[in-house]
Amino acid sequence: MIGTTDQPLAHAEEVAVEVHDATVAYHRKPVLWDVDVLIPSKRLTAIIGPNGAGKSTLLKAILGLVPLSSGRIEIFGKPLRQSRRLIGYVPQRESVDWDFPVSAFEVVLMGRYGRLGWIKRPTREDHKAAEECLEKVGLAAFADRQISELSGGQQQRVFLARALAQDAKLYFMDEPFAGVDAATELAIMGVLRALREEGKTVIAVHHDLQTVPQYFDHVVMLNMRLVAAGPMATAFTKENLDKTYGGRLTLLDEAAEAVRRGGVART
Amino acid sequence: MLQELWNILSLSDANTRVVLLGTGLLGLASGVVGALAVLRRHALVSDAVAHASLPGICLAFLIVGDRNFGALLVGALVFGLLAAGSISLVRQFTRVKEDAAIALAISVYFGLGVVLTRVIQQQPRGNAAGLDSFIFGKAASMVEADLWRIGGVAIVAFLAVGLFLKELRLACFDRQFARVEGFRPTLVDGVLMSLVCGCTIVGLPAVGIILIVALLIIPGATARLLTNRLVPLLIVAGTIGAASGVIGTIISSLAPTPAAALTRGWPTGPSIVLVAAACFILALLFAPGRGVLARAASRFRLSHQISVQNILRAAFERSEADGGDSGAWSPAQLSIHRSMTPWSMWWHLASARRRGLVSHSPSGYRLTPAGIEEAKRLVRAHRLWELYLIHEAAVAPDHVDRDADEIEHVLPPEVLARLEARLLATATSLPHSPHPLTPRGDSHAAPRAPSGGTP
Repeated sequence: MIGTTDQPLAHAEEVAVEVHDATVAYHRKPVLWDVDVLIPSKRLTAIIGPNGAGKSTLLKAILGLVPLSSGRIEIFGKPLRQSRRLIGYVPQRESVDWDFPVSAFEVVLMGRYGRLGWIKRPTREDHKAAEECLEKVGLAAFADRQISELSGGQQQRVFLARALAQDAKLYFMDEPFAGVDAATELAIMGVLRALREEGKTVIAVHHDLQTVPQYFDHVVMLNMRLVAAGPMATAFTKENLDKTYGGRLTLLDEAAEAVRRGGVART
Repeated sequence: MLQELWNILSLSDANTRVVLLGTGLLGLASGVVGALAVLRRHALVSDAVAHASLPGICLAFLIVGDRNFGALLVGALVFGLLAAGSISLVRQFTRVKEDAAIALAISVYFGLGVVLTRVIQQQPRGNAAGLDSFIFGKAASMVEADLWRIGGVAIVAFLAVGLFLKELRLACFDRQFARVEGFRPTLVDGVLMSLVCGCTIVGLPAVGIILIVALLIIPGATARLLTNRLVPLLIVAGTIGAASGVIGTIISSLAPTPAAALTRGWPTGPSIVLVAAACFILALLFAPGRGVLARAASRFRLSHQISVQNILRAAFERSEADGGDSGAWSPAQLSIHRSMTPWSMWWHLASARRRGLVSHSPSGYRLTPAGIEEAKRLVRAHRLWELYLIHEAAVAPDHVDRDADEIEHVLPPEVLARLEARLLATATSLPHSPHPLTPRGDSHAAPRAPSGGTP
C-alpha cells in the first residue's frame, strides 16, 4: 500500500484508532485519499498538514460526522457504533452558535448526556462531575455565565471541560489551541498532560508547527494523503515536513481536479 | 364598552369561553414550540411547514371526503414534513442556498394548495369545507371540538418538550456533538417539526395559515430579548403567546369596525398577531440591560461619568502645575485642556456639584476636599496606566494620554495595586506625569510656566 510509513508500534501497544484506506470525497472531489494509519493509545497525537489537507475531515470521518466514500475505521478494535462511550470530542469553536441561551455549566453538563441516553434527566452525580470539570479548566467562577459573555479562550476551555465530562478513554480535539491566549494555551496543555498521566489518549488537529514537537509525542502528517506517521522523534523530520507542506504533492491536486471533472472512473 | 368587556371577562358566554380559552391555549403551545424552532434557526422553515399544510389538508379532504380532523392532521403532517425535507435536500444537494430553498418551498407548496382549494370549491360538497377560513382564520366560529384539539396538541407538545428537553437543548446548540454522543439530531428536528405542524393545524381556525407563523415566532423572539436561560425563555414565550391570544381576542371583539356590518369587531387572527408584535417592540425598547433604551442609557451614563472624571483631573492637574492651589477656575479656563462644549461642561459641573465634588462661588469653581481626593485617585490611576503603557507596552509617550484616557476609567483597585507594585517605589506618592499638562493638540510643548497665564 503506497503511503504507509514506519509504524514502529511496540507489539503489545494498544491501537486507539485504525484507519484503513479511508477516502472522503465531497461532490466527487477527494479530500482524503487512501489514508491508512494506526494511531497508538495513551499518547498525545497531533494531526498536522497545510490548509485543506483534510485534517478536520479525518477527525470527522473517524467520528462518523462525515461519510467515508471508501475504507474502514475502527476505534479500539470496534466500529464507531460500539465505541461511542469511549470517545470525547472538542469541536472547533466556529461550529457552534455562541449566542444560544445557555450557561457555561449547562454546556459542560451536556458532556454527561451521552451516558444518560434519551429522556433521562441529569442526576446530582452528573452535576457534581460537571462542576469538577469546570474546575479542572479553571472556570469554576464562570459557571453561571452566559457563554456569549466568555472570551475565545474561555469558550475553548468550556468545550474542553465538556469533553472531560464525557469521561472518555480517547479524546478527539479539532484545533484546540486555535485563537486562544497564552494563559489558556498553558491551561489546556496542563489538562492534556494530566490526561496522558491517567493513561488516556488524545488525538488533536494542530495548526502551529512551532509547538507540535513540544506538546505532542506522536504525529500524523497529512496532505490529502498520509505523508508520514509515527513518534515525534522519528517522523517529525525536515524531509517529511517538506513533503507535507512543500508543494511536492501538487500532482495530487491536478489529479483531484481531473477526478472531479469526471475523467476517471472511481473505485 | 366596559359592560362588553365585563361580559367577555366573566366568561359567561359559552362561545366567548371557547374562543378565549382556545386562543390562549394555542398561544401557550405555539409560543413554547415556536421558541425552540427560533433557537434551532428553523423559524423560516416553520413558515414553509405552515404554508405546506394547505395542500396536505386539501388532499386529505379530497381523499376522505369529509372534514375529518384526524385525516386533515395527517395530511398537514405529511406535507409539512415533506416541505422541511425538501428544503433540506435542495440545500444539501444543489447549489441553491437555504433562503432560496425556503422561498421555493413556501411558494410551490402554497401554490399547490391554492390550486387544490379551487378544485375542492368546484366540487358539489366543496363549499361546506370552508377552506378559505383555513387561510385567514375565523376565530369567532371556533367550536368546542376545536378547543379540545388545541388542548390535545398542547398536552402532547408540553410532554414532548418536557421529556426531550435535554435532547432539544443539545441538538439546537451543537449538532455535531449531539451526533458524537449518539443522539440523532435529525430525529430531534423531526420531533420539533411535527410539533410545529401540530400547532399549525390546530391554529388554523384561530389565525389561519399565513399568520400562524407569527404566533410561533414572535413570542420566542421576544423572550430571547428578556432572558438568557432556556427554561425561563420557554416559560416567557408561552406566557407571551397566551397573553397575545387572550388580549388579541378581547380587543378584536371590542373594537368597532367602520363598516359595522354583519361581522363584529376586527378579525381575531391579525389582532392576536398585532398584540404579539406590540410585546416584541416593548421588549426591544425596554428590556432591562439589553433593550435599545437600556443600552443607550448605559452608554450615556458612562460617557457622563468619564466627562466628570476628566473635569476633576483637569482641575487638579491645573493646580498641580501652578505649584499648589491656584484658586477658583472658570469653565472657560478648563476647556482649554479638555475639549467640551460650554453647555456640556456646565451640565457635567452641575452633576459634580450635586455629588459634592465641586463647589461654586462668585469667583468661579473649586474642587471640594472630596473632589480633591477623587481627583487624586483618578490622576494616580491615569498616570500609572500611562507609565505602564510606556514602559511595558511600548507605546510612544505622545500617544499615551489618549490611550490611558480610554482605559483608566474602568480600572478596578486590584489592577491599580499591581501597577503600583510594578512601577513605583512607594505606594502612596503621586507619580509625575510622563508628559506635562499642555493645552490640547500640542503635546510636545515644554512645561507651562508656573505663572498660571494661559499660553
